[in-house]
Amino acid sequence: MTTRYTFGGDEHIFVECSEEMSLEAFFKGMSITTALRNANIKGVTEICPANASFQVRFNPDIIAPDEMMRQLKALEAVAQSAPSTLNTRIIEVPVYYNDPWTHETGQRFRERHQDPTSTDIEYTARINNLDGIDGFIKAHSGAPWFVSMVGFVAGLPFLYQMVDRDRQIQSPKYLRPRTDTPRLTVGHGGCFACIYSVRGAGGYQMFGITPMPIYDPNQTTSYLRDFMCLFKPGDIVKWKPIGREEYDHTVAEVDAGRWQPRIAPVTFSLEEFSKDIDGTNARVMEALNGH
Amino acid sequence: MAINVLKPGLSTTVQDLGRPGYYHIGIPTSGGMDTLSLAAANLLVGNDAGAAVLEAVFMGPELEFTQDAMVAVTGADLPPKVDGQEQPCWTAFKVKKGQVLSFGFLKKGARGYIAVSGGIDVPVVLGSRSTYTLGALGGFEGRKLAAGDLLPVGKGVLVAEGRTVAEALRRAPGAPAELRMLPGLYWHRISEQAGKNFFEDTWKVAPEADRIGYRFKAGRPLDFVPRTPPFGAGSDPSNIVDACYPYGSVQVPSGTEPIVLHRDAVSGGGYMMIGTVVSADMDLIGQLQPHTPTKFVKVTMEQALTARADRAKTLEAIATALA
Repeated sequence: MTTRYTFGGDEHIFVECSEEMSLEAFFKGMSITTALRNANIKGVTEICPANASFQVRFNPDIIAPDEMMRQLKALEAVAQSAPSTLNTRIIEVPVYYNDPWTHETGQRFRERHQDPTSTDIEYTARINNLDGIDGFIKAHSGAPWFVSMVGFVAGLPFLYQMVDRDRQIQSPKYLRPRTDTPRLTVGHGGCFACIYSVRGAGGYQMFGITPMPIYDPNQTTSYLRDFMCLFKPGDIVKWKPIGREEYDHTVAEVDAGRWQPRIAPVTFSLEEFSKDIDGTNARVMEALNGH
Repeated sequence: MAINVLKPGLSTTVQDLGRPGYYHIGIPTSGGMDTLSLAAANLLVGNDAGAAVLEAVFMGPELEFTQDAMVAVTGADLPPKVDGQEQPCWTAFKVKKGQVLSFGFLKKGARGYIAVSGGIDVPVVLGSRSTYTLGALGGFEGRKLAAGDLLPVGKGVLVAEGRTVAEALRRAPGAPAELRMLPGLYWHRISEQAGKNFFEDTWKVAPEADRIGYRFKAGRPLDFVPRTPPFGAGSDPSNIVDACYPYGSVQVPSGTEPIVLHRDAVSGGGYMMIGTVVSADMDLIGQLQPHTPTKFVKVTMEQALTARADRAKTLEAIATALA
């Protein structure tokens, strides 16, 4: 895994930790961006972690591009010697899988899909050799996911499942993007899940919907009053399958300002994870139950 | 003091110098696409260079003033009129209580900046008054203006009527427009010949050109260096594992139509980028109309920094002349 540094014009440095996605590449990016944040270099204006890369924006009137590059490269060595543990949080996200709204939208744009005769969830289950919709839900919600990037539009998380490559769910994007996606759709493209923070165009497969807002520019949602976006890179997500009744109930509770997501602090070690994936995931998910 | 929006124009939004600091969670900087013109408009009416103004695309709004104010219109050649009486661009003029500011047809450029003494006083959200419509954030209720909106205006200082920016200091794209670009990012993904063609060809601004990004067409498609798709990237040769997009970066989905991301940029995605338009030329993009012939000009970092310094000097000269 060789790190590649390149300038994005006179204001950005783009760093590719690896060409391919892996938890190791994501962690490398997290370590360097954390070291960069702690280094407090004058002239650095934005630090944006992504899946297997990251980007730094700087003001070249304050720090010369070559000097910025030199300091950033020096941090890679510092970051590599740092222990690959992350103090983060796990957030439980309720999902109404195979819901009527994403189903209806999927039907409306069926001619843009690889398999017009089935639904997104049936199609993805089949190409991943999962046992129908139930088998799919079990695989999707059975292991936690890392928020490996927040972006595209405001507050939208990209998530990468914390399982080995053989167990990654993979699906192509729609042949042609849809012009509509319901807000809070749980989607999937390549090996990444996402939650659409706002209604709009999209190309990811649609598997379900969460009743839990994740972006609120008016900041009236009870748990988004301090900040309008819920997710940060490095958060861990556990999907919780729910049915129609709990979905409706949760929507009503959110609207009444009474609902709070379940969030718990958790420590994640890449070393521990590499040795025992399922054991680490079980411990991480247990944190939600207060153990 | 307030402004009553009688007609909103095509797409008029409140913008200032932007909202940096939140790109890592997908909230782009927003702000004026031609910030040099935006700053000049403010300085003409005695505002701070970064006060909030109206950015009007292709067509001006119709605005009724409830108090006297000083106004300046810069950027595009979008002739302002006070009660039907034409006023010069790039020049401060007075609008009296009850008078209506309207606009003639666009003659040149794409975006007019309408500064009002005191600035447009919408609430500051995450450090800026700029509108980010995709996220329904900032500006006037997070959206472009509509008829019937009542825009609050701050308290201004008194400046003389007729202050003007010298023509030599007004920057505008040439014909063809030239956008200086520093190759990089995923430049290695396209063939050597494709790289040559890209700079040789004259591109044209496509109709899909807005605050998120400007699309260009009419150049030869780029071909790629063959590869085995990396895990998680996707099968198209232009796909990458979703990554951040620099402002000004030039992505070329499937190698066909380059898109230059601008101030309401999507913060990341899965298409490779072949370089970045230098910071000094971002203003020019904001003034390009659809179908404008455009050439990308290859530059080095040194040339990019010289261009940046030149732009800063221009702004300084405007500020000094109006101090």
